Amino acid sequence: MDLSAINPVLLLASLMVAATPILLAAIGELVVERSGVLNLGVEGMMITGAVCGFVVAVNSGSPTLGFLAAAAGGAALSLTFGILTQYLLSNQVATGLGLTLFGLGLSALIGQGYIGIKAPEVPDLHIPLLADIPVIGPIVFQHDPIVYVGLLLIAAVWAFLKYTRAGLILRAVGENHEAAHALGYKVIRIRLLAIMFGGACAGLGGAYLSLVRVPQWTEGMTAGAGWIALAIVVFASWKPWRIVIGAYLFGGVTVLQLNLQAAGLPVPVEYLSMSPYVATILVLVLLSSGRAPGSLGRIFHASN
Amino acid sequence: MIRLEKRPQPSQVWIVATPLLAVIATMIAGGLLFAALGKDPVAAIRTIFWDPLFSENAWFYRPQLLIKAAPLILIAIGLSLGFRAGIWNIGAEGQYIIGAICGAGTGLAFYPMESVLIFPLMILAGLLGGLLWAMIPALLRVRFGTNEILVSLMLVYVAEQILASMALGLLRNPEGMGFPGSRNLSQYPSAANLELIKGTGMHWGVVAAFIAVIFAYVVMSRHILGFNIRLAGQSPRAAAFSGVSPGRLVIICLGVSGALAGLAGMFEVAGPSGRISIDFNVGYGFTAIIVAFLGRLHPVGILLAGLLMALTYVGGGMAQGSLGLPVAAIQLFQGMLLFFLLAVDVLINYRIRPARRRVA
Amino acid sequence: MSDILLSLNGLTKAYPGVVANRDVTFDIKKGEVHALLGENGAGKSTLVKSIYGLVRPDGGTMTLLDAPYHPGEPRAARAAGVAMVFQHFSLFDALNVAENIALGMENPPPMRDLAARITKVSDDYGLPLDPSRVVGDLSAGERQRVEIIRCLLQDPKLLIMDEPTSVLTPQEVEILFLTLRKLRDEGTAILYISHKLEEIRSLCEHATILRLGQVVGTCDPRETSARKMAEMMVGTVLHVPSRPAAPVGEVVLELASLSAPPPRQFGTALKEISLTVRNGEVLGIGGVAGNGQDELLLALSGEMRSAAGMVKLRGTPIGHLMPNARRKLGLLTAPEERMGHAAAPDMSLTENAILTGAIREDLTNRGFLRWARARSFAEAVIKTFDVRTPGPGSAARSLSGGNLQKFVIGREIMQRPDVLVVNQPTWGVDASAAAAIRQALLDLVAKGAAVIVVSQDLDELMEISDRFAALNGGRLSAPRPAQGLTVEEIGLMLGGAHDMEVAHVAA
Repeated sequence: MDLSAINPVLLLASLMVAATPILLAAIGELVVERSGVLNLGVEGMMITGAVCGFVVAVNSGSPTLGFLAAAAGGAALSLTFGILTQYLLSNQVATGLGLTLFGLGLSALIGQGYIGIKAPEVPDLHIPLLADIPVIGPIVFQHDPIVYVGLLLIAAVWAFLKYTRAGLILRAVGENHEAAHALGYKVIRIRLLAIMFGGACAGLGGAYLSLVRVPQWTEGMTAGAGWIALAIVVFASWKPWRIVIGAYLFGGVTVLQLNLQAAGLPVPVEYLSMSPYVATILVLVLLSSGRAPGSLGRIFHASN
Repeated sequence: MIRLEKRPQPSQVWIVATPLLAVIATMIAGGLLFAALGKDPVAAIRTIFWDPLFSENAWFYRPQLLIKAAPLILIAIGLSLGFRAGIWNIGAEGQYIIGAICGAGTGLAFYPMESVLIFPLMILAGLLGGLLWAMIPALLRVRFGTNEILVSLMLVYVAEQILASMALGLLRNPEGMGFPGSRNLSQYPSAANLELIKGTGMHWGVVAAFIAVIFAYVVMSRHILGFNIRLAGQSPRAAAFSGVSPGRLVIICLGVSGALAGLAGMFEVAGPSGRISIDFNVGYGFTAIIVAFLGRLHPVGILLAGLLMALTYVGGGMAQGSLGLPVAAIQLFQGMLLFFLLAVDVLINYRIRPARRRVA
Repeated sequence: MSDILLSLNGLTKAYPGVVANRDVTFDIKKGEVHALLGENGAGKSTLVKSIYGLVRPDGGTMTLLDAPYHPGEPRAARAAGVAMVFQHFSLFDALNVAENIALGMENPPPMRDLAARITKVSDDYGLPLDPSRVVGDLSAGERQRVEIIRCLLQDPKLLIMDEPTSVLTPQEVEILFLTLRKLRDEGTAILYISHKLEEIRSLCEHATILRLGQVVGTCDPRETSARKMAEMMVGTVLHVPSRPAAPVGEVVLELASLSAPPPRQFGTALKEISLTVRNGEVLGIGGVAGNGQDELLLALSGEMRSAAGMVKLRGTPIGHLMPNARRKLGLLTAPEERMGHAAAPDMSLTENAILTGAIREDLTNRGFLRWARARSFAEAVIKTFDVRTPGPGSAARSLSGGNLQKFVIGREIMQRPDVLVVNQPTWGVDASAAAAIRQALLDLVAKGAAVIVVSQDLDELMEISDRFAALNGGRLSAPRPAQGLTVEEIGLMLGGAHDMEVAHVAA
């Protein structure tokens, strides 16, 4: 076992990369849940985004187009969830699960001809001045653009929920949809928009996996990332900045166990591989605090 | 535009009709999908639904139906109890794996001894393995209020890693020339779960599935436990008022579904699959979720839905061979079935009416 | 220029199975306090929802200030100058006062300005509010204040109030009336919905009476007796419940310093509640909603458990027992929320009979359900209590409010309880069903049982209680004999005026 082979700077830098897909999916789902909807289909939306992004990027040669396609694909898939749960009043848990299974099947089908192909590269940004700071520079300021997009999204969602009228209305719908409806707010429309935003973010997160982190397409490549994102929303008590903590924690565990495996730690590989999932369970148990939005998961039907 | 108006009573007609409507809609949508993939839609639908039952080679494929249906039905029956109560066991796949490991491990521990007691012990081990694995999310929910969906799901990934570890380590066949995977249990007479009636595909797992259906039917329609499960799922406050203990219900429902999933895993590893290997699990735990909903969470419905789903597996395999239909298309097909069912379910509790025109 | 503000002409609205409003026509003058009177189910709520744009009438027209008025949604109504304070508040517990008010406004000013305006307006009208307080922590009267201020900030021409005093103590009612009179003097018209006749006589100049969806009369409440208005509302002579004199017996239920933390985030803690109830007596517990009534019921039914000795039945500690154990011993309860708590809406009446009757009516056999027995029990309840429904197989949600309430209470009474605790037994129920329920309770007591009635309806409590206590902020006042209690004394027992002030009336 050779622990010295682990480079701490690289470890911390790769932590941010590992955390980004989950961070993106989680912030999207946070907005959805704050509007009162529980969408368990994050895994399905992520993998659909992964395959859409990959296919478009490979065919067009542009990773940017790939990411846009991924967001669109995720949003489109989430729309089916939206229509089923908001207009046809279906059970949110069952529909979310259905979305996951459907997304896994759909992505496997679309991705058939793309296994083993290499995606166009996404270059790292080199933020002037900041990237040259010793130690911190390479860790924080030399990543690909999507990492920063993720962090910007977190800040944007936080500001949106706290300071804007639209954010206030979204929170109100999530707290008490009956009261929001009585006040004349279009509950269903607001929730649909939130659901589509969540789908787009999950799609982006999935595309990050297939275009940057891995970067290849394989069936089922999200390997539970969508579920972890759901857990992180709970862990974060539905507060945007806490998502960063949760995603980085998970990213940290993932990256650490991979490094320990490579360094030859005398623990069977399988037990290291299961550590991120066990860590998620522990996190869920220890932090079941915070109050969920009042209307979360409840079916809304205006009886006019 | 249309609008939905709540019915005073749930419609008995639509409760039975919606699964049929969903199947028909899926066939149409599936046909369109296959056409888009460049396959003859009619031929595809016929290969999937008709040929396994009635074609000239059906004698070979029909037994496959029971083999594929048994684990689906067994797991789905267990899941349906919890789902009806609002207790979501999504980790049945993990409980299935752990049950298989425990069952196989028990059997292999006795190798090469022969005894009639070994198989029953394996059954017990499979039951207990699945049950204990399901107790983790159950106890965490009762004690800490943790969401059982996420915990049971995380445990699926953990179980898969344990499976790999067992296939490569503890349970590896010492005479396997270093290849991963356990000894083949279906060749070990005391442990084998063999076909009971030649040519039907019926093994002990199939028998267990039928027993489970009958048991679930009796409990849900005639026992106070079934009443409490339905009550808790529909009106949690009324259930509390009635005196239902939510913690007890969680433990019973998760325990039963874990045990049944573990049992299904054990029957599978001792029979059709034969041995513990890294890719032993094929997703029955997740497909069973579709089966449960397709069967309207009702025991007889699940029996029929399990057979239907098995048909899509077997027919899909045939279509893969003869028409070059990709495997993923079948998975998509199954997902569509669930979606259509959820969509038409609305008709049970709501009527569709034209929207009112505004008053001038 | 006429002095008519709002004119309704032939408004009609029907729902499946019931015509809520039929050809309703009347006018509201500017600066007038106009009462809309009627029993529960008369169609008052539907009518005002039409005025406020929440509901589109099927027929008829409205004019506001001589211009056609047909709001498609509440926003349009607010823009036209119509504001409404609902009976059930549209408030968001997890948000603060300023945020709640902002949500009810069209173009709210930035938060800081809004907070300053809230403080000013609320002080001016004698209903002080702190904009930063979380609404979930407010009392029912304070929450109503938020609703009212929300309306006042938009300078409405017409303010609609739907049953506003059901959540107020008598002293708080007086303060509210001073506020409303000030508004009237400033030219705002008020449409005041209520079934409380004495209040209407003290506040309103004009009244329109609805019965079964139609206008059956108008009057000037200042000149009309309460009795006459009651007759117009109900149309028949009311049955006054009678009870034969019966001796009061042993103490059967005792609460000894019952304390419990709130079961949910915005609930009320119970603080050292002590009382005794004897066989053959009715103990009435009054109090406005949100003072611990739900929590007290939960503690008595067994849904919320406490230290064993805090609740004693015939001297035996039962505080630690679950609901079915208590049912076995003869303690039965009926919670306030009939749809979803007392009864499961999607289950049949037979199944709802099993919900609480399984133990005492012997409806299970070693765990297996005896469906035939359950069905007979449900049929017996339906017959004895005149529940209008096709049969025991109907889903609970298909019953009207009054009929479901008769079933739910009847189900408990027919199990021959030793102690029966009911919460709001006649809320939202039409007059004849309410009378039937009250009589059934009194008949039960005549047979020697003990009954606790928790209710917001003080008239009802005074009618049937032997002793009376008030629940305020989770504490129970010492029970006193009901006979001879004045409204003043009751008001004080209910907690006075919760730090409201008299309105600053302009000189």
